[in-house]
Amino acid sequence: MDFEDTPEQAQFRADVVAWLDANARRRTDNLLRGMEGEQAFLEAKDWYARKAAAGFACLTWPREYGGAGLTPLHDVIWAQEVAKYETRDAQFVIGIGNCGPAIMHFAEEAAKLELLPRMASAEDVWCQLFSEPSAGSDVAGLRTRAERKGDDWILNGQKIWTSGAQHSDYGVVLTRTDPTVSKYRGLTMFMIDMRQSGVEVRPIKQMDGGQHFNEVFFNDAVVPDNYRLGEVGGGWTGALTVLMSERLAISGVQPTGFPQFLDLVKSLELNGEPIANDPIVRERLATWYSQYAGLQAANKRMLTAVAKGGVAGAEASLGKLVGAVMNQEIANFACQLFGQAGIIQEDELSPEQAHFQKTVLFSPGVRLAGGTDEVMRNILAEQVLGLPQEPRADKGMAFQDIPNGKG
Amino acid sequence: MNFEFSEDQLFIRDQARNFLGQESTAAVVRSILDNPEPYHQPLWQKIVDLGWTAMAIPEAYGGLGLGYLELCVVAEELGRSLAPVPFSSSVYLATEAIKAWGNEQQKQRYLPRLAAGELIGTLASSEGQGALEVNATVEEGVLQGVKLPVPDGDVADFAVVIARDPNGDAGLYLVNLEGPGVQRRVLASMDPSRSQAQLTFAQAPVERLGESEDGCHALAELLDKAAVLFAFEQIGGSQAAMDMGIAYTRERYAFGRPVASFQAIKHKFADMFVALELARANAYYGAWALSCDAPDLPLAAATARVSATDAYYQITRENIQAHGGMGFTWEFDCHLYYRRAQLLSVAIGSQPQWKDAVASRLLDAA
Ligand SMILES: Cc1cc2nc3c(=O)[nH]c(=O)nc-3n(C[C@H](O)[C@H](O)[C@H](O)COP(=O)(O)OP(=O)(O)OC[C@H]3O[C@@H](n4cnc5c(N)ncnc54)[C@H](O)[C@@H]3O)c2cc1C
Repeated sequence: MDFEDTPEQAQFRADVVAWLDANARRRTDNLLRGMEGEQAFLEAKDWYARKAAAGFACLTWPREYGGAGLTPLHDVIWAQEVAKYETRDAQFVIGIGNCGPAIMHFAEEAAKLELLPRMASAEDVWCQLFSEPSAGSDVAGLRTRAERKGDDWILNGQKIWTSGAQHSDYGVVLTRTDPTVSKYRGLTMFMIDMRQSGVEVRPIKQMDGGQHFNEVFFNDAVVPDNYRLGEVGGGWTGALTVLMSERLAISGVQPTGFPQFLDLVKSLELNGEPIANDPIVRERLATWYSQYAGLQAANKRMLTAVAKGGVAGAEASLGKLVGAVMNQEIANFACQLFGQAGIIQEDELSPEQAHFQKTVLFSPGVRLAGGTDEVMRNILAEQVLGLPQEPRADKGMAFQDIPNGKG
Repeated sequence: MNFEFSEDQLFIRDQARNFLGQESTAAVVRSILDNPEPYHQPLWQKIVDLGWTAMAIPEAYGGLGLGYLELCVVAEELGRSLAPVPFSSSVYLATEAIKAWGNEQQKQRYLPRLAAGELIGTLASSEGQGALEVNATVEEGVLQGVKLPVPDGDVADFAVVIARDPNGDAGLYLVNLEGPGVQRRVLASMDPSRSQAQLTFAQAPVERLGESEDGCHALAELLDKAAVLFAFEQIGGSQAAMDMGIAYTRERYAFGRPVASFQAIKHKFADMFVALELARANAYYGAWALSCDAPDLPLAAATARVSATDAYYQITRENIQAHGGMGFTWEFDCHLYYRRAQLLSVAIGSQPQWKDAVASRLLDAA
């Protein structure tokens, strides 16, 4: 066991710090000043372009695809340092974290050389088009059709909950190419140019008032066959690659809410007493810290395994499962501490610019996105612990014969 | 960065697992649970012969001069196998106290014999319910007071005791439990596979343990180190209990299917896995902090302790539930882990005390 940098890693860290000092503002508090929507998006794009120009984008990707050809440990060093600055470093995680690895694995070389460098620098923004109105947890139940026409595929159907589709130039889309075989075998995955007339994006307003996700309609949208990811009928394998990458990517950036809570406990006085002296607060603080510290350390263990040539397994689901609930619970507890004022959501009046109030309203989505808590538990139980699968009502059926609850 | 035990350490762990798998079987644990014997003498002797009691003692004092990481991997296996031996008392507590604060003469007198298993030591700190209070007194070299529960207090040859001098200052003292003025009474406990005693001292001769000035501070340091080692015992036991539940529910059928295929059961195990992974990760971090005496050892140790205690309780509790009626029988081993989880959750201080330590240390850190 050893957390010391090698001389090479120490040099890399020093380079990172020097560049960050010159290009970003050190964090004064744990939050980015309230900036939303278009402005935040543009700032993030600008940040990524500069980061890519300096050679710090997609550290583990090969150079020819716009990466730096370094190791996962370099990623860790970057993450540790960048966390001390005010940046939107995780903004494009869906493209870079989820789609990128699958493209690298399944796309034709020419397409990789064309698309990946622009993804790495966030010149192109990507989205992930999996979920549909009738296929979320059971995503393999999706209905969007792709039909072959010469060298192209023609897409018709609807996606939903597509994060960032309104900003996206491209997407990775999972489609049904054969409804006559079982649901997992009739799927095919593609890259799609979102800037075409056959693709229509309609924003959906979230319960917290934000608009990060969308409905996406395909009306004879066109995808060239060289944008296919994997075999025809092999889309499920590709989808699993995306979903696994997603869990790994999320496990690094999943907010837990703990640092903000610690700041609050250190600074807040209520009725003339520091809340740090309240035994209930202290008990909660210790419990959440033990989970938070456990997640940090578990992430280090996972990265050690990856650095040694292993693959991150379904254990990556841990970070999402624990972090998402903790984030919600902490926010709720903090608002309770504020007493009747807990309901007020004003940047000037509510501690930490109303971070806790906002989180109460936003955190439910995090427990759903990227696989619900329940689906995460299924994955841990079945794939990590090897418990038997649930009997399935659709087993052995052709997709077109599966009951869908709509009569 | 490398957050894994070394090949050599993993080799020691595998050897320990094999050895204890054969020698510390459920039958061996039950022979202590069901009988008045305080610990399993043949197993203890074999452990001594393997050199585990000598592991973290410097070679100059008859030890093997290995580090804490080696001790951590052994602790995990002792926990997994519920080994009914006074290892934690003698090694994590008594040996470590003498290593840390003994003067040269005390180290020479005690450490080689602890390494060789000729002496069993323990720590006598608690005086009854609630957070630690020190009422025992030492005046003119003799000890007055009552300590309970003292782990392995019925069999230990000596104890490290915390007591106050006439100025009211707490200090650590060495007392020969075979000597005059010591009365031992075995206490019934929730985990009879490990023994507990009440020790009554009436004019028992003691000597000061080295130059340990502030006894409370010294004790806290000692317990921090021990917390990491106990955490490894706790995660070893947690893993064993979880494995046991998984094996049982895969075989057991209800409604025409394995009980383990019911989602309510699966999610229980997923939650156990999560608790155990967090506890394990924290224990690993604690092991690292212990091995290099890192500045954040106090926080890391308390954190490892808190999450290991939570995990062991949750897992042993739900393992009984997953077994149905069988889980409630004396015959099935579920209760052995459940009992041990209870013991380890209060040995060296209970959960609220350690949680408060986490909070204090976190808030005191910059
Ligand atoms: C903020 C946000 C962003 C998102 N971004 C994207 C995106 O960018 N791209 C994309 O493709 N999708 C995205 N999603 C969709 C997300 O992946 C789905 O919402 C999620 O997988 C759940 O699917 P569903 O909404 O259809 O719920 P359902 O599948 O209908 O689930 C309803 C309830 O049933 C439970 N349930 C379902 N199946 C099981 C089972 N087998 N065992 C136990 N319980 C079960 C669920 O846990 C849930 O509680 C996003 C969602 C949110 C909230």
